[in-house]
Amino acid sequence: VTPELRDSTAIVGVGETKFYKRGQSYPQTIYELAGNAIISAVEDAGLTMDDVDGLTYYGFGMGLDSAYLAQMLGIPQVRWSTCVTGGGGGCPGAIGLAAAAINAGMASVVVTVSPSQVLTFRITSSFATPPGWGPHWDLLTHTGIVAPGQLCSMIVRRHMYLYGTTREHMGAVAISSRANAGRMPNAVMRTPITMDDYLSARMISDPFCLLDYCQESDGAAATVTTSAERAKDLRPPPVLIRAAAQGGEGAWGQGTEALQMPDSYFAASGYRGVGAELYKSAGIGPDDIDVAEIYDHFSGMVLLQLEDLGFCKPGESGPFALEGGIRLDGKLPVNTHGGSHSHVNLNGMTHVTEAVRQMRGEAVNQVVGAETSLVTGGPSKLPMSALILRKG
Amino acid sequence: VKLKTPPDEHVKIARDKWTGPFWEAAAQHRLAIPRCTNCGRFRLPPGPFCPRCRASEVDLVELSGRGRVFTYTIIYHPVMPSLADSVPYAVAAVDLDGAEDVRLMGNIIDADTDDVRIGMEVEVVWVDVAPDVTVPRFRRI
Repeated sequence: VTPELRDSTAIVGVGETKFYKRGQSYPQTIYELAGNAIISAVEDAGLTMDDVDGLTYYGFGMGLDSAYLAQMLGIPQVRWSTCVTGGGGGCPGAIGLAAAAINAGMASVVVTVSPSQVLTFRITSSFATPPGWGPHWDLLTHTGIVAPGQLCSMIVRRHMYLYGTTREHMGAVAISSRANAGRMPNAVMRTPITMDDYLSARMISDPFCLLDYCQESDGAAATVTTSAERAKDLRPPPVLIRAAAQGGEGAWGQGTEALQMPDSYFAASGYRGVGAELYKSAGIGPDDIDVAEIYDHFSGMVLLQLEDLGFCKPGESGPFALEGGIRLDGKLPVNTHGGSHSHVNLNGMTHVTEAVRQMRGEAVNQVVGAETSLVTGGPSKLPMSALILRKG
Repeated sequence: VKLKTPPDEHVKIARDKWTGPFWEAAAQHRLAIPRCTNCGRFRLPPGPFCPRCRASEVDLVELSGRGRVFTYTIIYHPVMPSLADSVPYAVAAVDLDGAEDVRLMGNIIDADTDDVRIGMEVEVVWVDVAPDVTVPRFRRI
């Protein structure tokens, strides 16, 4: 039985604001950024705001409110407004929600948007658990763990212990991303880096150094999704949503936020189950993917996703990256735009917009002949999410 | 380089019905981990249901506090300015002897940055960081 979602919807519009280093977008407001990205994406699709009837998001970040967005942009009638839960990577999942709604007839043109605007002040001076987060956090925070990179570094440390993964392996990810961003006119970090630069960067949370980290950025990116049928009549080359998946194994659970995952997949990204669902739904496998946009908050977590998604066997992602497998001319070009490491960090939404441009054949760093792409939203706690897109 | 620990005044503990008993035992310098009375699975973070059998009731099982470092990080960058004098500090996830299903987090103390290894045998050291706050840390044995 062919899954009903398969190829039934398409991403027909992509839009972005100018990109900024953290805190540089003020005095614009976050809704102004989001609105500009949406207007741009709707124009790109050749549609108008009158056509839009759905809004989806990944909820973390800034907690967008459909009420204000619809009022601000003059959307005549909202029929669908949903949000991916969790604090992990949900931009592909939010597009999955759009596809599901369209497929079910509950919306026809759905905008998905992800803005980012970094606060210009520090919000905390103690390890007190933020209200509503739950006392389980105190089992972590009493140690001075306050940042996602610290938690992910403990996962990657375990991978290094089990498989001999090295800092050079992670460095290969950072260097490849920067090289790709160097050709992107709108990237926030374009100066090339070498392995010497990487290895001499200051240590942040050992084994993660400064260059293992993504940027903190301001800006917004948006997509427009509609039915594959309607996409045929629109101006841009349609990019079909081949499959969408979100979730994760229950025992992964809070994942990087609790570190209680079973030993058998602790040194991992949590994407094993999501990847299996994705390929099953798509009816294709990792060998069929031409280009992959892999959420890259930390370079080591890119490696672990490559393993969970079947591009490499466990323990083999590091050598694969170091030998050039992830580069533009490699077996699996990864983060062709430079990712959150070097292009811009909008909570993973630009991984989606880049994949769409690759499938249209109009990317700056176009992978020649690419017809199928995979996008992940990022490993953290459940749900993780991912998409497979293909040229229409 | 000698490992440090975060400033005492930063540590704040919120408790609820399920995590409270862990911290009450900690105040008495005892390591007590909840274990499902129905199926015997240990439960961290402490919570209202057993993920294996959905039962609620737990016994608090007192453990020796010995274990092995499962993984760790050494934090060099003070994410908050007030941590500037507290780096480097190490955070370990420790497999506890006698409780296979869970890991306990704690700072490694009385060690240098180069001493910390996965597999290293450690024991819990209770540190009273405030009159009403006691936290588990780990020392090599």
